Amino acid sequence: MQRIRLRYAKRGPLRFTSHRDFARAFERALRRAAVPIAYSQGFTPHPKISYASAAPTGVGSEAEYLEIGLQAPVDPEQLRVALDAALSPGLDILEAVIAADGSLADRIDASQWRIELPEVETKTAQDAVAAFLESAEVLVERMTKQGRRSFDARVAVARCTVTEEADLPSGAMGVPCAIIDLVVRQVTPAVRPDDVLSGLRVVAGLEPPVPPRVTRLAQGTLTAQGVIVDPLDVDREAAGIGGR
Amino acid sequence: MSVSSVFPQLEQLLPRVSKPIQYVGGELGAVVKDWDATVVRWALMYPDAYEVGLPNQGVQILYEVLNEQPDVLAERTYAVWPDLEALMKENGVPQFTVDAHRPVKAFDVFGISFATELGYTNLLSALDLAGIPLNSADRTEEHPVVLAGGHASFNPEPIADFIDAAVLGDGEEAVLEITGIIREWKAEGCPGGRDELLLRLARTESIYVPRFYDVDYLPDGRIQRVVPNRPDVPFRVAKRTTMDLDAWPYPKKPLVPLAETVHERYAVEIFRGCTRGCRFCQAGMITRPVRERSITTVGQMVQQGLEFSGFNEVGLLSLSSADHSEIGDMCSGLAEQYADTNVSLSLPSTRVDAFNIDLAQELSRNGRRTGLTFAPEGGSERIRKVINKMVTKEDLIRTVVTAYSNGWRQVKLYFMCGLPSETDEDVLEIADMAHEVIRAGREAAGTKDIRCTVSIGGFVPKPHTPFQWAKMDTPEVIDGRLKMLKQAINSDRSLGRAIGFRYHDGEPSLIEGLLSRGDRRVGQVIRRVWEKGGRFDGWSEHFSYARWIEACAEVLPDFGVDLDWYTTREREELEVLPWDHLDSGLDKDWLWQDWQDSMSEFEQDDCRWTPCFDCGVCPSMDTEIQIGPTGKKLLPLTPVNNLRVPA
Repeated sequence: MQRIRLRYAKRGPLRFTSHRDFARAFERALRRAAVPIAYSQGFTPHPKISYASAAPTGVGSEAEYLEIGLQAPVDPEQLRVALDAALSPGLDILEAVIAADGSLADRIDASQWRIELPEVETKTAQDAVAAFLESAEVLVERMTKQGRRSFDARVAVARCTVTEEADLPSGAMGVPCAIIDLVVRQVTPAVRPDDVLSGLRVVAGLEPPVPPRVTRLAQGTLTAQGVIVDPLDVDREAAGIGGR
Repeated sequence: MSVSSVFPQLEQLLPRVSKPIQYVGGELGAVVKDWDATVVRWALMYPDAYEVGLPNQGVQILYEVLNEQPDVLAERTYAVWPDLEALMKENGVPQFTVDAHRPVKAFDVFGISFATELGYTNLLSALDLAGIPLNSADRTEEHPVVLAGGHASFNPEPIADFIDAAVLGDGEEAVLEITGIIREWKAEGCPGGRDELLLRLARTESIYVPRFYDVDYLPDGRIQRVVPNRPDVPFRVAKRTTMDLDAWPYPKKPLVPLAETVHERYAVEIFRGCTRGCRFCQAGMITRPVRERSITTVGQMVQQGLEFSGFNEVGLLSLSSADHSEIGDMCSGLAEQYADTNVSLSLPSTRVDAFNIDLAQELSRNGRRTGLTFAPEGGSERIRKVINKMVTKEDLIRTVVTAYSNGWRQVKLYFMCGLPSETDEDVLEIADMAHEVIRAGREAAGTKDIRCTVSIGGFVPKPHTPFQWAKMDTPEVIDGRLKMLKQAINSDRSLGRAIGFRYHDGEPSLIEGLLSRGDRRVGQVIRRVWEKGGRFDGWSEHFSYARWIEACAEVLPDFGVDLDWYTTREREELEVLPWDHLDSGLDKDWLWQDWQDSMSEFEQDDCRWTPCFDCGVCPSMDTEIQIGPTGKKLLPLTPVNNLRVPA
């Protein structure tokens, strides 16, 4: 069975697609593109698709990953083009490589997020982030499957800086917009960008006047130097494709 | 002037509402056109939540038919949930289309398809959010023509104040004709304004414009007469009938939602109309005659529909699918074509007939088995004669036993409660039937591990049916019978354990009855309910019986009538009914005769296999039965061995 790993994006309005919505759309796209997907054995066969951790509903992403198993080998680039055409614009298949040994999940222990805060001055955001980073622990609350839980949002944050940009992709012109660059380690319970935003509210009273726009920029292995290594690098090397 | 998208304002609200994906659009099959490149623009609405509205066939067909015209644009809009409605009001975001997020108010036509009367309050919410005056009389040239369609538009009198026009019957040709009239009127520079446009629509004699008709009442509250108040407006408005369904193979490009919806399948209508003659069934009465799609067209539509959508389920829809003249070949042909795939084929709406088990067996050849549902509708032989559901208890037992012995472990049985002349005994017999089904089923299957689910719906008398004169039972009577039935089912512990019991209580049905046979005065009740917060009345968690009772008590006494007058009162032969000026083709004398026949338990055959019994539809509408068989067979598909990579 050929295994292929894909990187895909959730962009623009389609960032409101939930993970389950995407999974249904992806299975239909496999059929539309006539992909020879392999099925599990058993009474109700399921297509062989496994997802790395999915970005929350409403959060955009440039770096979601999944792996599929195929009954017959295909050319990865042809597969990428066919699947991308079979999905709505905004759900975009960016890359496809043949899987090497090792599991995708083992190569992902951190995420990089970009948080746009329209109508928030850079200085305000900087002060809030500084206060957050100085705290040894920032307790936030969130509804989880086990009910309301309180946990530390500080421990998982590896990096958090505030940057300024002249023109914004989301088109918020003429208003200030602070941008937070955030790297979070995968821990349990998962610390998500909105938990960090809750933390900024807890430590510095930061209340964005309009909903922040969050995008996942990268997932992968966090090195000691603070760089996130793309989980598909190993597969690309094994397949003899140069790095990006 | 171009119309801009409200998405930037809407986008700020979406993180704060449930299931935001439903407001985003971007479905496969969705069409976004340049506003300025088109002349006539339609906003089509299904007045319920997106998850229910998106799969609606009617809207999908009209959306596609209209968008195939180069100078026409059609977009879709659905009822927004109360959480978003509140935020839209707070932030001044108007009712929008999901395709390009344009404000509904900017379109030429706002067409709403009413499958059920319980969508009326949602119509008012949408008008209000769109910034369109609720009353037709207050609208000007800057507002769209508000046009009702769907089965409920065969009596649009309760919403007569809120709509500008209604189309009765099939929409395919109607929307094109209306488009032509608007195109011409616009090209002439909109002479005579809104009034002239509505007059031109009314002159077609098949578009109903309520404002051109006056209703006079008798002192006792009944209608005296309904007459046109303008010259050259017809006394009666006739329904539309699309003939030759093979010429209209829609949907070709079904909408494929990202959000989860109630049906995720490619649905193809294998025939339209039904002459089985079930007396409670408005759909069967108003969609005559039967018009079949041929086996080859169905095969082609299924192939293209699946290829386009990527769905893995096909529904062969109609009012009674096993009655298609080519159904055997159709099922075996499709089963053959999709034998090696994971596509599941289903045949909803089947009669109690062992032949259907053969069809279901055929369709599940590739191991994808869908549930079996049968609708005897009545528990006793007597009541089944009253409603003209020609099924015996033996038929039912034989059919379900065949199902159980062929490996089905679960069947669903549908019944109604509150039918005309119904007694407690008629309903209690449902329990005997269910017990017998399980007893015989266990024996046939050789296992105790089988189940059946009994679902009970409330009977609602509908316009243009023989039961349009019938009185309804009160919710107390209905609920009492349901309680007795539940006890009777569970009176035998061993059998009762294997029987699931689902029912709707009597209150929502009574309100549906008020709306289905209401007249223009009921519009005031609808408005009052909506003002009190009534929304999504088809959803039990949003429906409030108390709110309707209260509104009726506040509004109806001024007219000298009340809720009972509309619902639990039997009508007389000579009473003018609110929809008498709307022509479904059925002869009123024939309907009355069928009502009398039902009370004497006389059964009426189906005109597809017996001589015409003069219901009146074909001669008055200039239509005819269109059925096969064509003698053609489905050919096997060529398997796809390569990825579909776009050129």
